[in-house]
Amino acid sequence: MWRRSASFILDKHDNNKPISITQSIDSPPPPESSSMAEETNQNPNPNPISAYYQTRAAHHGIVTSDWLEQAQAAVRRYPDHDLMVSERPFSVIEEFDSWRQQPDLAEAVAAIRALAAVIRSSEAKTMMELEIELKKASDTLKAWDTTSISLTAGCDLFMRYVTRTSALEFEDFNSAKSRVLGRAEKFGEISCKARKIIAMLSQDFIFDGCTILVHGFSRVVFEILKTAAQNKKLFRVLCTEGRPDKTGVLLANELAKLDVPVKLLIDSAVAYSMDEVDMVFVGADGVVESGGVINMMGTYQIALVAHSMNKPVYVAAESYKFARLYPLDQKDLEPALRPIDFGVPVPPKVEVERSARDYTPPQYLTLLFTDLGVLTPSVVSDELIQLYL
Amino acid sequence: MDTRRGALAVPKVRRVGFFTTIEPSPQDLTRPNRTQSDTIPSSPLSNSPSSNLISPILIPPSRHHSDNLTTTSRAAAPVPVPGLRRYLAHNDRSLHVGSYNPVDDSLLGTSPPSSNGEVSEDSNSLFGFQRSDSAKLSSSFPNGGFDLTMSVKAPQELTNSKKIAQVSGKSESVTTKSQKEKESKSLKEKTTKAERRAMQEAQRAAKAAAKGEGSRRADDSGRAKPGKATKQPQPKKEGLPATSSVSEKTAVTVEKERRMDVPQTQMQYDDKSRVEKAKKRAVVEQTESKNKVELFLHLPQYERGNQLPKLSSDIFTLDTIHHAVYKVGLQHLAGDISGDNARCIAMLQAFQEAINDYSTPPMKDLARDLTAKIKGYVSFLIECRPLSMSMGNAIRFLKNQISKLPQNLSESEAKDLLCSDIGRFIDEKILLADKVIVQHAVTKIRDGEVILTYGSSCVVEMILLYAHEIGKQFRVVIVDSRPNLEGQKLLRRLVTSGLDCTYTHINAISYIMRDATRVFLGASSIFSNGTLYSRVGTSCIAMVANAFSVPVIVCCEAYKFHERVLLDSICSNELGDPDAIANVPLRANAKHSKTDNNNNNKNLQYLNLMYDSTPSEYISMIVTDYGMIPPTSIPVIVREYRRENLLL
Repeated sequence: MWRRSASFILDKHDNNKPISITQSIDSPPPPESSSMAEETNQNPNPNPISAYYQTRAAHHGIVTSDWLEQAQAAVRRYPDHDLMVSERPFSVIEEFDSWRQQPDLAEAVAAIRALAAVIRSSEAKTMMELEIELKKASDTLKAWDTTSISLTAGCDLFMRYVTRTSALEFEDFNSAKSRVLGRAEKFGEISCKARKIIAMLSQDFIFDGCTILVHGFSRVVFEILKTAAQNKKLFRVLCTEGRPDKTGVLLANELAKLDVPVKLLIDSAVAYSMDEVDMVFVGADGVVESGGVINMMGTYQIALVAHSMNKPVYVAAESYKFARLYPLDQKDLEPALRPIDFGVPVPPKVEVERSARDYTPPQYLTLLFTDLGVLTPSVVSDELIQLYL
Repeated sequence: MDTRRGALAVPKVRRVGFFTTIEPSPQDLTRPNRTQSDTIPSSPLSNSPSSNLISPILIPPSRHHSDNLTTTSRAAAPVPVPGLRRYLAHNDRSLHVGSYNPVDDSLLGTSPPSSNGEVSEDSNSLFGFQRSDSAKLSSSFPNGGFDLTMSVKAPQELTNSKKIAQVSGKSESVTTKSQKEKESKSLKEKTTKAERRAMQEAQRAAKAAAKGEGSRRADDSGRAKPGKATKQPQPKKEGLPATSSVSEKTAVTVEKERRMDVPQTQMQYDDKSRVEKAKKRAVVEQTESKNKVELFLHLPQYERGNQLPKLSSDIFTLDTIHHAVYKVGLQHLAGDISGDNARCIAMLQAFQEAINDYSTPPMKDLARDLTAKIKGYVSFLIECRPLSMSMGNAIRFLKNQISKLPQNLSESEAKDLLCSDIGRFIDEKILLADKVIVQHAVTKIRDGEVILTYGSSCVVEMILLYAHEIGKQFRVVIVDSRPNLEGQKLLRRLVTSGLDCTYTHINAISYIMRDATRVFLGASSIFSNGTLYSRVGTSCIAMVANAFSVPVIVCCEAYKFHERVLLDSICSNELGDPDAIANVPLRANAKHSKTDNNNNNKNLQYLNLMYDSTPSEYISMIVTDYGMIPPTSIPVIVREYRRENLLL
């Protein structure tokens, strides 16, 4: 808007050194602006770049194997971090990291598994002690990456699910503990199965001859499309390119292997090709309380275009991504930054928008496919209220 | 998921309770023997098949149910029937009614209307010819619900099919007893006075018929309106003798009853007869204003400013109204207390004082007498100024607390309990809720923001002051409107606290909205369709904000949520002093011209609306004590917490 721009830029210009973006992923992160450094002060991971997106990148690397190198580089980037971990006898982070390496396992599920391991290896003598220990572990995990919504939400939900049992009334601590552990494992299992359930639920929405637009590489969306292909449905997929990490290309690659007809678009061709699209499928980093979703940059734009052309927008998200957040606008989020390679050198005075995700308000979404069922956006809040209050 | 669906199905059941024109469902038709065995053939009402079908319609909504439950458990000693058997009797009834009911099977089997004691009262009117003594017996009890169920049980056992139903029903319904109680509470408030009276009269008619004295009259009325057989029409409580004009009169009463069948939550001031009646009881003498606004005739429109001197002189001679309540009423009338929370707290504290000074008259029950007292206070307060939704909720809470008082408490204990309950309500639902709201809302204020607010909301003021206190850098735009100019007070307080403020009137909203990045609004109430009910002008602000895509944040305590649905600003509103908008205080000559010319002009009506409703699509977020929620989630909060709220 006109009124903000002038002073805004000047203010930014004063306390912000222009950042060169031409570095590759492997190079060390650029020196960050003072405000960002303050925010991440207590964060054990001193990297300003969103760890969530690094994990994603690593996973994609393993999935397609031509990204392996970069993924290893991403892991290699925390030598000090590994050192810190090895000093302790048992660490959630370590456990979490080991789970995180599995390409098919979502970050939140890895966290849930790690927390279950905390209960297993706990030497607590009382329930209270165990609960405190668990709380500490989940706080550590959350602090490890504050930008990951699903990690935070998964940890919170786990704490809710596990500690909200009648186990605390058991007289025998061991049986109570095993009960809590049982619940933890069960929760982990539910979370693991979530993707399959969503794929099953969404099959009714994919009809023969339809054209589906997808954005980015969402593992849930991929699962849906894979299941549909296995069910011998005939459909066509339009993949956006998914700049800057080209996740759309990866998805197109995978779909082509399944013999699904795929067309690749650049991100800016969405409106151009929207008239041939029957439905839009996107994943989600997090589903917020309003029923909107936070997802990879570009989702909002696609949802807006689809909304104005009256095409349904479906979001596939596991219920552990439901977060108690309520962003009012795009800037009302914890920023998740990542490097962007423009291919050409960016002049030093040019500012670069490096945010990795945007927020899509609920009025632009049609339905959410979750493991709780197919929901309208407004039901998300109902579920969250019932879960948390 | 399942529970949600179950809850959705309930209105269907309720529909059976309220609507007299029910279609015979196929299930009813397939069981001819049952319906015949249930209705007494000798009754004049059972001429047509439709009158058979009417009996399930008599299911009274369950206002009394929980009362009955509590009283039965309390009055266990004097009644010579063991509690368990009473329950079974209830359950028999439930099954009996359930068998009629197409939607009934699993759901209504445990639902309150069927297990209500009042059902038996009604059916009594149908069976009345046979069982006059049981009716007499029951009427000799203060609330004869359970006795009647006993008596009803006897004829039921005549039919075999019912016996089977009973046997199968017992085991099932005993287990669901607690569930029943719970559900009944949620449905409690839905009965209307009219329906209760209708039942009472139906019962009386049956009794009279059984005695053989008034049988002719009953027949007459039965013939006069065969379709309306549900509500045995009868001349009013005055006990008018049966004359030749009876049928005419009954037709009128029937008409009235039918009108009152619709559950009314508010008095409609264009209903002449009711207004007359209310006037007789009134403490405050109001003169109706001359030039009434057509569209708002259903709202009270009185002359302003002439009652206060008389009322304040009356303060030494009052007997029915406690002085604390009287004081609050006068303050409301004079406008000394404004703001929903302040009004509500003042009212509750007055009630607290009144309860403290209360002593039960001899031969009376504390719970009943106190409820009646409170009712009187409330109607006095309504005369002074119509209640806000939040006050209605608070009163409902208080009445519920009174009705739930354990029987074994001594008077002073009961009073202490009630006072502490009220205190807790004020603390938890209002004061603490405000603190929580401030904590939530302040996270939405970032540095460099321009926050627009309208009028003066105490929660919004707290938010702004707190945000300033914790060092956020932001600017405030206060939009105000005539005639109250509440924003000026807010402006003064904010400026003295060192906030950067801009003050403007609502006329400039489309200009000033460009600057705003957030709109914070207070609320008088939020309805379950997400409609915001707030100071008039709020809707305009929200719409302009929406047009400029500025997020609108509404701050509202959860006790102000209301389960009703509001679609416009007409049905439920309050009218302010019409002179206030006619007079411009700074211009003496304007005032002069007004009193001279305009007041006598029949074609000129001043409309000073106090509230308006904002549709939910203009609201981005509601900050409440349960967190930040979208407006679509209001029904969830109402559903999930109303019960707890009542249990508080």
